[in-house]
Amino acid sequence: MSLFSDSFVSTPVIRPDADVLLEIRGLHARVEDKAILKGVDLTLRAGEIHAVMGRNGSGKSTLSKVLAGHPAYTVTAGTVTYRGQNLLELSPEQRARVGVFLGFQYPVEIPGVSNLEFLRVATNARRAELGQEELDTFAFEDLVRERLTVVQMDPAFLDRSVNEGFSGGEKKRNEILQMALLEPLVAILDETDSGLDIDALRIVAAGVSQLATADTATLLITHYQRLLEAITPDFVHVMAAGRILRTGGRELALELEERGYDWVDQELASLELG
Amino acid sequence: MVASTASPKTLAGWTGDLLAQLPAPSGPLTDVQRRGRLALSALAPPSRHQEAWRFTDLTLLASLDLGPSAPNARRHSPGDSSSGPSETSARSETVCLHLDGRSDPLAGLVLPAGVTPLADSELVLALGHTLAATGCEQDWPVELNHACASQLLALRVASRAKVSLELVSDGGTGLLPLRVLLILEEKAELQLCQRLTAAGAGLTSLVLEAHLGRGARLEHGLVALGPPEAALLAHLALEQEPESEVRLVVASAGWGLSRLEPRVVQVDGSATTTLRGLQLVTGEQIADTHSHMAFEGPEGQLDQLHKAVADGRGRSVFNGAVRVPRAAQRTNAAQLSRSLLLSDRARIDTKPELEIVADDVRCAHGATVSCLQQDELFYLQSRGIAAEQASALLKRAFCEEVLRELPAPARLWCPFERLLAAADPAPAAQSGLAASTLPRVGQEPEAPEGEKG
Repeated sequence: MSLFSDSFVSTPVIRPDADVLLEIRGLHARVEDKAILKGVDLTLRAGEIHAVMGRNGSGKSTLSKVLAGHPAYTVTAGTVTYRGQNLLELSPEQRARVGVFLGFQYPVEIPGVSNLEFLRVATNARRAELGQEELDTFAFEDLVRERLTVVQMDPAFLDRSVNEGFSGGEKKRNEILQMALLEPLVAILDETDSGLDIDALRIVAAGVSQLATADTATLLITHYQRLLEAITPDFVHVMAAGRILRTGGRELALELEERGYDWVDQELASLELG
Repeated sequence: MVASTASPKTLAGWTGDLLAQLPAPSGPLTDVQRRGRLALSALAPPSRHQEAWRFTDLTLLASLDLGPSAPNARRHSPGDSSSGPSETSARSETVCLHLDGRSDPLAGLVLPAGVTPLADSELVLALGHTLAATGCEQDWPVELNHACASQLLALRVASRAKVSLELVSDGGTGLLPLRVLLILEEKAELQLCQRLTAAGAGLTSLVLEAHLGRGARLEHGLVALGPPEAALLAHLALEQEPESEVRLVVASAGWGLSRLEPRVVQVDGSATTTLRGLQLVTGEQIADTHSHMAFEGPEGQLDQLHKAVADGRGRSVFNGAVRVPRAAQRTNAAQLSRSLLLSDRARIDTKPELEIVADDVRCAHGATVSCLQQDELFYLQSRGIAAEQASALLKRAFCEEVLRELPAPARLWCPFERLLAAADPAPAAQSGLAASTLPRVGQEPEAPEGEKG
């Protein structure tokens, strides 16, 4: 039995006529021999911001990596459709090129590869997919300096190796900068708020909000409600044991913050017993 | 000289044939040649039964048929700066010397101020001194060079002079024995960029010794790019007085067999040594670096990084010996070997060999062997970069850590694409790597035509 009143179990629809960008149905996935996702259903429409919350180990990050095509994860059942296309058939780079972006919880440091040139190559890969002209060094510098303002990032970070020696906050800003350059239609942000101080969180959240438009969908994966104070989600999903257990509005996040996740365990147990 | 198709020779048999075919000793190294030939006829050639040669198969060397050496017709002319140095180098003070093993490298050349050839009387005292100080004067590859080399480049850099030299040996085919002796007086500074290439089957034998006086500085960048049918044997012997500084950066690829032995001794400690090495192997290539660092006084410093990339059925060997005797208190040494294993049929053998007797020292060492990091690959792919290009980027990034430390002229000789092409010409051309990869950190991107300035 739910600890929440029925008012929390609402499924508001913001624009029922908006295009479905991403549709996940019955998604099961495992890493090595361990099943992690056990039937995830989720629909993201244009203009929507979704938040997925849950305990450690609930499958939130796995969901993000499976959507981005991480080779360590194997999809064993279910479908993921991105704008009518089977996303699971695409390689990780193809997914990025068609407009699916994963903001990493732990952005990877790559010593020796210039951040500026990395961003340029990535941006041009996306532009080529969109049929846009490739940007040369100079045109790209103009673009990147404009987009730096989204995350108030010091241009000096462009001259360094990708994420090398960046603080946690700088890495997350660099992720959002990439998002600003790649202009994805579906952005999946995995624990974007982790490791951020209040100021950095505010800047990153403002950047994400600025990039979320009526044509895009955003999937925020987070432990805490504090990110959702800065970015108002249209839907909040509670994930447990590899599936979405509950869906609600922002109130659900507030309730989680106040009462913790124990009720989730109880509800999960009652479901399993039932 | 061409690769033999006859029945395989032993290395001893090959050595005997070589000695029989050498011309009579002549030139400035007559005495050295005599000594080398005597020694070589008595020495047992290296074999895999010896610890120092355990991983190094010398079959290629023994398979090289002897014959007259042929120069490379592609020798660079003045002003050809596209891939090589020239007598009109971008640095006006830089002088380029071509070493071909047959002719006097100084003939017709005006040396920069502060550099003079060593007199015969000085040669008698200096030649072989650093080889002995670094304990390699009787090593088989050194004696081989002694036996064969008939020409010598022997220079003195005057106290407080600041000089830049380029040494180029664009080998053709056959035997190319190179002998170099450098003496840097107190507080002299020499930037030495050296390039070794070969056009076909053959053996390049390099013995370089340098003595650094107090406070002297040597920055030596060696780029060695050979074809798979050629072998390279190189001894780089460096002797440092206190307060001197050595920066040695070596990048090599493509040789069927290469054996590099940087050997450094800090005779009274209180000197600084920086060693950087990068070797790429693929196909059936073997690249072996045996470095030897000896501190014979207190407060010496070593910073060593050796990197290797092994693909195909290539074999990379690194052995890093560091000797810290009781006299070498307060030594501060760090050695790191990092290797990238790109094929399940490639092989990497890496071994630190620290011998520490002094009790008040800091000697760190580490060795890693890894594949391309999956998390790095995925990160790049998740930004739309194709898997093949992502792999090339990571490989490049791995190599650039060493390449970017080459002195500027040598860096121009050895961009990553050229190193890769030397290691494995076909895939580099097929992948279009040169057109698609990223410049290293800190490098100015190439401006499109008409947009520079």
